[in-house]
Amino acid sequence: MSNEAKAFLKKEKRFNLLVHITQIFMIVLILALWEILSRYGIISKFIFSSPSLILETIKSLFLEGTLFNHIFTTLFETIIAFVLGILLGLIIAVILYSFKFIARVFEPFLTLINSLPKVALGPILIIWIGANTKSIIAMALLINLIVSIISIYTGFLNTDYNKIKLLKSFGADKIQILKKLIIPSSYQTIISSLKLNISMTLIGVIMGEFLVSKAGLGYLIMYGTQVFNLNLVMSGIFLLLIFSYILYKIINLIEKRLIKN
Amino acid sequence: MKNNILQIKNLSKSYYTKNGEIKAIENISLEINEGDFIAVVGSSGCGKSTLLSIIAALEEKSAGEIIFNKKDFVIGYMLQDDALFDWLTIKDNALLGLEIKHLKNSKNIEYVDQLLKTYDLDNFKLKYPKELSGGMKQRVSLIRTLAIQPDILLLDEPFSALDYQTRLAVSEDVYKIIKKENKTVIMVTHDLAEAISLADKVVVLSKRPSKIKTIYNMKFPNNLTPILKRQTKEFNMYYEQIWKDLDVVV
Repeated sequence: MSNEAKAFLKKEKRFNLLVHITQIFMIVLILALWEILSRYGIISKFIFSSPSLILETIKSLFLEGTLFNHIFTTLFETIIAFVLGILLGLIIAVILYSFKFIARVFEPFLTLINSLPKVALGPILIIWIGANTKSIIAMALLINLIVSIISIYTGFLNTDYNKIKLLKSFGADKIQILKKLIIPSSYQTIISSLKLNISMTLIGVIMGEFLVSKAGLGYLIMYGTQVFNLNLVMSGIFLLLIFSYILYKIINLIEKRLIKN
Repeated sequence: MKNNILQIKNLSKSYYTKNGEIKAIENISLEINEGDFIAVVGSSGCGKSTLLSIIAALEEKSAGEIIFNKKDFVIGYMLQDDALFDWLTIKDNALLGLEIKHLKNSKNIEYVDQLLKTYDLDNFKLKYPKELSGGMKQRVSLIRTLAIQPDILLLDEPFSALDYQTRLAVSEDVYKIIKKENKTVIMVTHDLAEAISLADKVVVLSKRPSKIKTIYNMKFPNNLTPILKRQTKEFNMYYEQIWKDLDVVV
């Protein structure tokens, strides 16, 4: 390696290190400031809570034995809605792609539903499905499904026409074209729609838990607000932050692995 | 005497759009004999590619007849770009046609293996298209077409996606393979030099609606390869004549 190359790498490395240090410094600074301000009564502990109070609340939730119940409830709902969203999204996209007539009929309605804030349907869901987990999953599904359908379907439509022509010249039928070409060539689109899907699902699940729930991270936040326990609200948000970050990282890992192969 | 394998009789094709009818092809008749290498040239948008699509049954004709000399006539179609599937290995790409046609048996796989070997792709069988050069990809695409043992090869501007240098080399390469495998070819191109140097017969189409304007039977000194043909005086003569025929207005 030449000296210039070494110097370049060193510079890059130093730059990255600087970014990381600044990030950590920022977090520490904000947390410390928050803690000090609330401890010395400059901001109200009751309204703003504080890092130490949040940790204490989480600890007591853990000691009560409800912490993991809340986390797993949300996790369960998220996974179900996520998997259903992807599967149904894929199936519906295949149907839309295979039948031009159906696609043409439903396109305006898809746009219509897509532009509607799905939260508005929450109250109806509760009345129709009931005040239970099913409503929460339905809420999440409403939010993630349309996005999945549209992104996968668009991926299908972007298939290279030359390749379709090639398969047709070999006498391929519709199913062969789908199986051999359309789905494999949209692989990347499908994988990246997973990422979009997970954030949509989380919005839906938390929204659903706000509307109706007996447990879950969304429930913690909502319940905390109702009894004006801001420590609980902040703890719920903090847990949710970590929860969604981990899920996002997992999906990222899956994406990297799948695309590599 | 050469064996007639394909007859095109009074073929016409029209497209219908909101703005009316477009006549792409009008009354084209052509006979193709076994071992022929026919090049079809014409100005861009004149419907030359449509002709191939109709022969390959990818598009319907409006009028006329296409008569094959046997019932299970197999057509091999080679497109502008190599259209290789990125997610399949070279061997699986080469086997694609056989797989679609449900003909992937050990005898045919062996044939493909042998083709890959003959044309220097043996070491790349398990590699993916992105690891190959443009010329090699085009060779794989040709082998994919040859794998189904077609009675005729339809080449639709097969080299137009390549840069000039590669193009000369690849057309030389493809020409040799086609002659060696003794295939009948109809090639559509807008490149006159390519048509003249590769084909035995050049069909010149008029502007839309396309009719046959002239047919040239190429006569070159014996056994020249395409690149060598380009250096002869006959080449220049044909080039001049066909250029006049095309009646290009700038």
